[in-house]
Amino acid sequence: MNFPILSSLILLPTVGALFLFFTKDKEGNNSTAKYVALFTTIVNFLISIYLWIYFDQSTSNFQFVEDRTWIEGFINYKVGVDGISILFIILTTFITPLCIISVNNSVKNRLRDFLIAILIMESFMIGVFCALDLVVFYLFFEAGLIPMFLIIGIWGGPKRVYSAFKFFLYTLLGSVLMLVAIISIYWITGTTDVIQLYELGIDAKYQNLLWLAFFSSFAVKTPMWPVHTWLPDAHVEAPTAGSVLLAAILLKMAGYGFIRFSLGLFPIASEVFTPLIYTLSVIAIIFTSFIALMQEDMKKLIAYSSVAHMGFVTLGIFTLQQQGIEGSIIQMISHGLVSAALFLCVGVVYDRMHSRMINSYGGIVTIIPKYSILFMLFTLAALGLPGTSGFIGEFLILMGAFKDNFLVAVIASLGVILGAAYMLWLYKRVVFGKLVNEELKNMFDLNRSEYLILSCLAVPTLFFGFYPDPLINTIEVSVTDLINMHNTNIASK
Amino acid sequence: MENLNLVLPEIFISLSIMFLLVLGVFKKNSSIITFNLSLFAILITAIITINETFSVSRETLFNESVVIDSMSSLMKIITLIGGFLVLVISSSYLKTFKIYNIEYPVLILSSILGMMVMISSNDLIVFYMGLELQSLALYVLATYNRDQLKSSEAGLKYFVLSALSSGLLLYGCSLVYGFSGSTNFDVISNQLNSNEYVLTFGIVFILVGLAFKISAVPFHMWAPDVYEGSPTTVTLFFTMVPKIAALTVFIRFLYVPFLNLIDQWQMIIIFLSIASMVFGAVAAIGQTNIKRLIAYSSIGHIGYTLAGLATASNEGIQSSIIYISIYVVMNLALFSCLLMLRRKDQYYEDIEDLSGLSKNHPLLSLCLLVILFSLAGIPPLAGFFAKFYVFKAVLEQSMFFLAIVGLLSTVVAAFYYLRIIKIIYFDKEKDKYDTDHSLWLKFSLTVSTILILLYFIFPSQLIEVVSRINII
Repeated sequence: MNFPILSSLILLPTVGALFLFFTKDKEGNNSTAKYVALFTTIVNFLISIYLWIYFDQSTSNFQFVEDRTWIEGFINYKVGVDGISILFIILTTFITPLCIISVNNSVKNRLRDFLIAILIMESFMIGVFCALDLVVFYLFFEAGLIPMFLIIGIWGGPKRVYSAFKFFLYTLLGSVLMLVAIISIYWITGTTDVIQLYELGIDAKYQNLLWLAFFSSFAVKTPMWPVHTWLPDAHVEAPTAGSVLLAAILLKMAGYGFIRFSLGLFPIASEVFTPLIYTLSVIAIIFTSFIALMQEDMKKLIAYSSVAHMGFVTLGIFTLQQQGIEGSIIQMISHGLVSAALFLCVGVVYDRMHSRMINSYGGIVTIIPKYSILFMLFTLAALGLPGTSGFIGEFLILMGAFKDNFLVAVIASLGVILGAAYMLWLYKRVVFGKLVNEELKNMFDLNRSEYLILSCLAVPTLFFGFYPDPLINTIEVSVTDLINMHNTNIASK
Repeated sequence: MENLNLVLPEIFISLSIMFLLVLGVFKKNSSIITFNLSLFAILITAIITINETFSVSRETLFNESVVIDSMSSLMKIITLIGGFLVLVISSSYLKTFKIYNIEYPVLILSSILGMMVMISSNDLIVFYMGLELQSLALYVLATYNRDQLKSSEAGLKYFVLSALSSGLLLYGCSLVYGFSGSTNFDVISNQLNSNEYVLTFGIVFILVGLAFKISAVPFHMWAPDVYEGSPTTVTLFFTMVPKIAALTVFIRFLYVPFLNLIDQWQMIIIFLSIASMVFGAVAAIGQTNIKRLIAYSSIGHIGYTLAGLATASNEGIQSSIIYISIYVVMNLALFSCLLMLRRKDQYYEDIEDLSGLSKNHPLLSLCLLVILFSLAGIPPLAGFFAKFYVFKAVLEQSMFFLAIVGLLSTVVAAFYYLRIIKIIYFDKEKDKYDTDHSLWLKFSLTVSTILILLYFIFPSQLIEVVSRINII
C-alpha cells in the first residue's frame, strides 16, 4: 500500500478549506461554500469507509503506516491506524458532514469562515487519531484549540467570550505539562515513536510522574471531575455545530489518549493510579448526574450528562479488563452519535423558539411528532436502553468493573439509574405535559435536512445497539494485545 | 598579513555610511536616493558576508580581537536582513510624519555596523566600541520624531538608562581585566578559574549591563516607555535587530571568557529567564497600547531565549538562536500589521483600534490571527517550534523547574494574545482603515506570515543552518 491514504484523509479537509477560502459567494448566499465543504467531507467519509473495508481485523499491528523524516534525527512524521483508532476516525468523518448540513439555521453570519474552521478542525481531529509519534500527536491535539476557540468565540451565544477563553486556557494549561512529559520521554528513551516506545518500555521510576503529566492534559480534555467546569460553558455558548463537534469528537481525544498513551506507555503507573481514576470517575458519574438533574438549560443538562458518560469511559478504560476497555470504546462511539444527536435536537427547537430553557417548552408532542419520536430515541440511547448502542457500552463497562472492583461497579450502576432519571425527566418536561406557551403552536416539524441528519444518526445508534459485532470485531484484537502487553509489563516488573 | 576579506562587510558598510553622509549633505533633496542606496549597501554587505565568511568555521584577526565563526556570520546575516526589512517598510511611515530624511538610513546603517562589530568581537575593548557605536545611533533613532514629546522622552530615557548600563558594563569589564590581565576573551577564559568574590562582582556587572541591553527583567524598565515613544518603525528596529547582536554577545561572554565559571552565572541566567518569562506574561495583561504590549511580550520572549542559554550546552545555544530568528520573523509580521492601521495619515496603535477588524479587513485579521497564535506558541505555527526547541534543550539538562515555569507562563501569555484576537474577531467593528499600503509592507507581511504558517512543513532547514554553531 503505497498511496498515503491517512495523510490524504488528514489533508483533504484542509485543502477543501483552502479552496473555500478562494471561493466568492454573493452577499447572503453561501450555497457554493456549503456544497464545497459538504463534498469535501463526504469524500473524506468515503475514504475512511474504504479504510475500514481494507482494514485487516486479524492483527493488532498498525496498518497503513506512513513514516517520513520530519525534523532531521529527531521526529518522524508517523501515522497509522489500529483497531482502536480507526473507529474514531470514522466517527470524525461521519459527524463532520452532518455538522455541515446542520449549519443552515444556527449560523447566520460569515458562514464561509465557519465552514473553513470546521474543515480545519476535522483535519486536526483526524490527525490526533492517526498520529503514531508523541510530538505529532501533541501538535494535532493542541492545534485543534485554534479553530474551536474561534468557533465558540465568533459564532457563540452571549457569554461566548468568557467560554472561549475558559475553554482555551483550561485545555492549554493541561497540555503544557504533557509537552514537558513528551520531551522528557525523548531524553529518557531517545525516541518519541509510539511503536518503538511500546517495545522499549519506559523505566518504572519515571512512569508515575510522566503518567500524571499526561493525565493532567487528558483529564481536562475528557473532562473529568473536578476540571470539567469548562465543558458546560463551552457547550452552552457554542453554536450547535460546535457543540456537536465538541461533544462527539473532541472529548474522545482524551479517552483515546488514555488508552493509547497512558495504558500503553505507562502500564505500571496505570496500575498505581487506578484508584485515583476510579474515585474521580465515580464522583463524575454520581455528582454530575445530580447536577444534571437540577439544570434548567437543556444544553447544560446534556453537557453535564456528557461528563457523566465520560466518567463511565474512564472507569472502563482503567478496569484494565477486556470488556471494560471495549465497552469504553463503544461507549465513546455511541456517545459520539447520541450526544451529537441530542445537541442537534436542542438546536432544532432553539432555532424555532430561541430558547434553551426547559420550562419554556412543554406539550410539544402533538405539534411536532416526528421530532418527538427521534428525540425519544436519542434520550433512550443516552440512558442506555437495551437495543441502543448506549446499552452495549455501559453494559460492557460495568461488566469489566464488576470483575475488577465490586464496590465501584455498584456505585457506577447507580449512575445508570440517575442517568435514566435526568434524561427521562428532561424529555417529559420538554415534550409531554401541558402546552405552556401559545407560541409553541407555531412550531413546524423537522425540515428535510434536519430529518436527514437525525435519521443518519439514528440508524447507527440502533444498528450497533442490536448488532455491535462490527465494532467489537474491529477493536477486539487490538484491545486483547494491549491488555496482554500490559500484563507482561506488569509481570516483568 | 591579516586576511582582510573576512572583515570586508564591516569595511564596506563603513565606507557606505561615509559616502551616504557626504552625499546627503551636499546634494539637496537626496533622501530618496540615500534610502535606496543604503538598501543597496545592506544588500551588498549581506552578499559579501555570505560569500566571504559563511564557510569559515573559526578564524581570528587583529591580534585575536575579532573572531569570525559560524555564529558571527549567521547573526550578521540576520542583523542585515532585519535592518534591510526595517528600512524598506519605514518609508511611508516616515513620509507621513515628514521625517523622511537622510539621517534615518545613515543612523540605521551605523547601528548595524556597531552590531556587526559587537557580534564579531573577541575582546572587551572591541566589544565596547561596537556597543557604543550602536547605542549612540539608537539614542538618536529613538528621538527621531523630534517634534513629538513622547519620542524625545523615549530617547532621553533610553539614553540615561543605557548609559548607566554601559557604565556598569565597563566597571565589570575592568574588574575582569584586573583579574585576568587581558582584554582578550580567549586569554580571559584560560585565566579565570578561581572562585574569587570580586571576580563574581565583575561577572555580575557585565551580565547586568547585557541584561539591560536585551531588556531582561529586572533591567527592563526602559523598554515599555522607549518602545511606546519611539516612531513605530524604530520600535520595530529595537525589538528585532539590537536584540540579535546583544544576544550574540551574551552567548559569547558566557561561553568564551566565563566558560569555566558556569556555576557562578548559571543561577543568574536562570533567574533572569524565569523573571522575564513570568513578568513579561503578567505585565502585558493590563496594557492598552499595542507597542507597550509588544514591549512586555518581547521581555517575555527574551526570557525564553535566556532559558536556552542557561542550559550551558550547544543544544541550548542553538535553540536560543532559533528562537530569536523565529521571533524576529513574528515581530516583523506583527509590526507590518501595525503599520497598516492607518487612516488618513494617522497611525493607530491602541488595542481598541483593532476592534472588529475582521469585518472590514479579513485578510489582515487572518494574518494577525496567525501571528498572535504563533507568538502565544500554539502548534503548528512557528512560535511553537521555537519554544519546543528551547524546552527540549532545557529538559535535556533536567531543568524541570525552568521548563515548567516557562510553559506555565506561556499559558498566562496566551491570555493577552487571545484578548487581542478576541478584540479583532469578536468585537464590534470600527471605521475602515486605508488599504493603499506600499508594496514592500504587503510583501513583508505576506512573506513573514507564510513563513510562520508553513514553517512546520520544513522545520529541518533552520536547524541545519544553526547546528553549525558549536561554541563550547
